[in-house]
Amino acid sequence: MARRVRLWPLIAAMVAAVAFEIMPLPGILQGFRPPLPTMIMIYCAMMWPQRFGIGTAFCVGLCLDILHGQLLGQNALALTAVTYLTLRFHLQIRIFPLWQLTVTVFALLGFGAFLQFLVEGLAGLPPAGLARWTRVLSGTLFWPLVMGIMDRLRISVEARPSSFN
Amino acid sequence: MLKLDAAIDTWPMLPHDCRIVVVGTVQLMALTSVEREPGHFRSTTSGFRMLLLCLLAIALMVLDHQNQQLVGVRKVLSIMLHPVQVIVSAPFNLGRNMAEATATRSELTSENEQFKQEALVINARLQRMTALEAENARLRALLDSTVKVGDSILIAEIVSVDMNPYRNMIVVNKGGRDGAYVGQAVIDADGIVGQITRDRYFSAEAMLVTDVDHAIPVELARNRLRTIAVGSGELDRLSLPFLPVNADVVDGDLLISSGLGGTFPPGYPVGVIRKIKEVTGQAFLRVDAEPAAALNRIREVLLITPQGGDEFAEAATAADAPPENEAGPDQVSGDVAQDETAAAEATP
Repeated sequence: MARRVRLWPLIAAMVAAVAFEIMPLPGILQGFRPPLPTMIMIYCAMMWPQRFGIGTAFCVGLCLDILHGQLLGQNALALTAVTYLTLRFHLQIRIFPLWQLTVTVFALLGFGAFLQFLVEGLAGLPPAGLARWTRVLSGTLFWPLVMGIMDRLRISVEARPSSFN
Repeated sequence: MLKLDAAIDTWPMLPHDCRIVVVGTVQLMALTSVEREPGHFRSTTSGFRMLLLCLLAIALMVLDHQNQQLVGVRKVLSIMLHPVQVIVSAPFNLGRNMAEATATRSELTSENEQFKQEALVINARLQRMTALEAENARLRALLDSTVKVGDSILIAEIVSVDMNPYRNMIVVNKGGRDGAYVGQAVIDADGIVGQITRDRYFSAEAMLVTDVDHAIPVELARNRLRTIAVGSGELDRLSLPFLPVNADVVDGDLLISSGLGGTFPPGYPVGVIRKIKEVTGQAFLRVDAEPAAALNRIREVLLITPQGGDEFAEAATAADAPPENEAGPDQVSGDVAQDETAAAEATP
């Protein structure tokens, strides 16, 4: 049964994550900006698979494309694919211990980055260089933190604790 | 399809291509939405739906990349996302305003004093400028060529948001609403910054001269040797790949825009030659220049609209195309393509 969830805090978290993507950071840190929208999308798809699907991922991806001035659909494709994989295996990865989950997130983020790399290569756009992969790395390192924050948020948005996990 | 057409007709304020995409997406989602049966956890993903969304994404990318057909979609979406930009840049604006509001009186007076002196110097130069402009007009009249007139200027501020980290792009707070347009030249107090590449109505995206996709036709101020300055991807370096080994270029030469191609008005400083390297066996020099504009420090920029479009055509016909202008890289902005056509027109 689809659990009753207050959606507004989650939408706010997603908007904040998208805003973080375009937040000005000092030059060196820009390459290490964790891909928060993708991470929060993974979390939401994992915890509320009935609410957050690939449709949501597609829309968030389009927003990122616009804000970054990238090819329209590039982030959308990557985010949709990552979310699809998360949904496909959400029952398995939800019960992983944290370290295992972090490795999974690393693989998912890497897959998303690889898709974008592929798209840019096919479209003949200038290569992004190393920054794309350092972002995957920093996203993985930040995952336990994001997971902790989102877990707190989950307790506050769910009327009662989830029946599993 | 009937339903789709009807929906499109009832939604007249959006551009047509945008309405098709939006309504199409909504219908597609409705068509493929998952039956939510209680207790049926496996049904949350649908491979079919995934496939459709991927195809939609690929279609969007192809349309966006190939022939810029999604300008309307982009514009509508970016207007919707404008609040996010405003929120992100708000703390930075607030910080600046606070700094201004809490400045002490002595600071303000000293700054005011400094501005007054600067204004005096600049005005003094301007007096001579008027005389020189008149002289220039007379001389040009003697030569039977068009008179060069001033450019009209729109002042814009850079919005404190990071664009794509892999590209040298900025967002300015003037857009189509204020009269900014795609292809408009962006300068600061020291030289050319870049050009507007996308109009977001309330704001606009500009590509810096140092972006890897950017190229600008330039000439050396000293001897009017024309070439093309290509962006390197680093904010402090332009590269000039088309100067032959025997070109007369020395360290410290000033590069100014040549006005060929018509995107950038002629005569604005672009950069200063910093490094010249001759590679044995290569036909071309490896020349690096430092951009004249302070690309990583600027806050305010000027969007310039050239007045009197004849001068570019005139400059192009007066030019005898040097061989290095013919050889452009495959991946350069439309500017160079235009430049090449201009150069091609020039050869009799």
